[in-house]
Amino acid sequence: MDLTALARRREVVLLVLIALLLAAVGARAPVFLTPTSLGDVLTDTAILLMLACGQMAVILTRGIDLSVASNMAFTGMCTALLSKYHPELPIAVTLALAPLIGFCLGAINGALIAWVKIPPIVVTLGTLSAYRGMIFILSGGASVVTHEFSRPYLDFPRQSLLGVSALVWIALVVCAGMAVFLNFSRTGRSLYAVGGNPLAARYVGIGIERCQFLVYCLSGTIAGLCGYLWVSRYAIAFTEVAFGYELTVIAACVIGGVSVAGGIGSVAGCLLGGLFLGIIGNALPVIQVSPFWQMAISGFVILCAVIVNSRSEARKGKLILRETEPPVQAPLQVRPETPS
Amino acid sequence: MTSLRYAVADRRKAAAADFWLRWEVLLLVLLGIVMLVNSRLSPWFLDYYNLLDSTFNFSEKAIMALSMTLIIVTRDIDLSVASIIALASVFMGLAAQAGAGVPLLVLIGLATGLLAGFANGAIITRFQIPAIVVTIGTMSLFRGIAYVVLGDTAITSYPAGFSWFGQSYLVWSIPFEFVLFLALAAVFGFVLHFTTTGRRIYAIGNNPVAARFSGISVDRYRLVLFTLNGLMAGLAAVLLTSRIGSTRPNIAAGWELEVITMVVLGGVSIMGGSGTISGVFIAVFVLGMMTFGLSLMNVPGIVMSVFVGVLLIASIAVPILIRRMLRR
Repeated sequence: MDLTALARRREVVLLVLIALLLAAVGARAPVFLTPTSLGDVLTDTAILLMLACGQMAVILTRGIDLSVASNMAFTGMCTALLSKYHPELPIAVTLALAPLIGFCLGAINGALIAWVKIPPIVVTLGTLSAYRGMIFILSGGASVVTHEFSRPYLDFPRQSLLGVSALVWIALVVCAGMAVFLNFSRTGRSLYAVGGNPLAARYVGIGIERCQFLVYCLSGTIAGLCGYLWVSRYAIAFTEVAFGYELTVIAACVIGGVSVAGGIGSVAGCLLGGLFLGIIGNALPVIQVSPFWQMAISGFVILCAVIVNSRSEARKGKLILRETEPPVQAPLQVRPETPS
Repeated sequence: MTSLRYAVADRRKAAAADFWLRWEVLLLVLLGIVMLVNSRLSPWFLDYYNLLDSTFNFSEKAIMALSMTLIIVTRDIDLSVASIIALASVFMGLAAQAGAGVPLLVLIGLATGLLAGFANGAIITRFQIPAIVVTIGTMSLFRGIAYVVLGDTAITSYPAGFSWFGQSYLVWSIPFEFVLFLALAAVFGFVLHFTTTGRRIYAIGNNPVAARFSGISVDRYRLVLFTLNGLMAGLAAVLLTSRIGSTRPNIAAGWELEVITMVVLGGVSIMGGSGTISGVFIAVFVLGMMTFGLSLMNVPGIVMSVFVGVLLIASIAVPILIRRMLRR
């Protein structure tokens, strides 16, 4: 691959940007670049990375899942209450239950979208409200706080293996699994086909409904797992956990070059997009900028990212309307193919 | 006389069944059920003054739902409206702290909304980026600016006369906000349903490419609509800030989704090209009366969101499922 093509790749550009960002922060506060600090950044970003991977699968099929944050908060509350009232249960039960609850919530989305054929944004907008409200009904508005959790519930994601926290290992496994699924499995490839051209996908015999149902289940399952991890990490479960976080997740995807028009996106891009947001969030306090800047900066970054994206996938439809030279004066020319 | 080879078929005569299956009629029935159930559950529901006061809770959102209807009819979406409120409210607050008078405050609120909406539209049309992504970005950016300015503080130093917009009543104790909403609904309904501009908006939503080929300057329309939507958010910011008399960076959090819920429940297809202002108008009341009734029964706001979410999905799913069953 020659250099210009390499430079045009979204992942490479992002990698360079992240390196520059790290260098800039490191110049002002060298402590940020120590392995412990970087490890903390990774631990902080791990949940976002997993959610972004799930969201990407949904966006690939031209969908969107706005309910992930609510799903996460609901599952988190379920596991928290379980830990509070049944502290004797082994951690494996929580680890199995969290993705399962998330899967069920995701399956509701998926069924409504794939088979009832309601637009994804409408369904997940509705379940975003509904799941959030269910947390209140379930908990009666009370929160579960630090000392009420069982020890293993809190300790599990905090374990450290080879100097990296369990949270990061889980994220690694989930993201690697996602990458393998999307790149090397038949179903994974068909997700790209469904998003790229649903009609063509239908003609080659891909079950579009099955794919749609699958991605919302997948996104829900990941959100469920993240629900437990989030509550465990911050050691508190309440109704407003991760309120509005769905948009951060989508932002990570968009920065990572996932096209909301469907069919374009890679796990690597997603991870880099998530890391970019995570580094900004963690770096601001270190370089003594008020954390209130974080939202404005991520908004600015999202806008820059989509504008850059738009150049690479500029609409071809516009060209049709361009006035052509009259054929008499300039006979039809076959343009030499531009090297790509 | 040249005979046409192809003829456009006459419009089919409306049958009685068409009328009863119209979305607006179904919504009216739903509104009737909501009113009936609520009046049975609470003796204070069907009270003239209570009902009028309950409109304070949805008038601002309803005003934004009107312009959001036009946006969604053209296949776009604007997730940044609530953040525009925050931004406009912050600028009004800063001006109030600097000692600006009431007319200037209103002007600043409207102008901020207008400019923010224009920024949305300009980025969307100039770079041909899907509106949903751009407005997710500006949603973060606009509210982010509000956070940068205010941090965790609030501005409450508004001049005395400013509270008029959000708290005053006109004749027969009808709130000013509500009258404003009714007037704007009439204007929006007229423009969308009785002018060429309105027909073009539908044309763009049904098929943007075909609309472009038939000479409609699609991008200019979209730009104007996003600017208008920003202006309406600015107006809502004036009303809301005036009503609650304070500005916090998290003002109107989550309203973008409530506004979109109103529009979608009103029968406006998220795929563009269909929907009516009257549908949205009735949907505003269905949601408003439902939340009012629930609040009379001391149901907490967060639980109401379950009802709203389920209503949104059910109202779209049930007609689809019924139609599918009838076809069999």
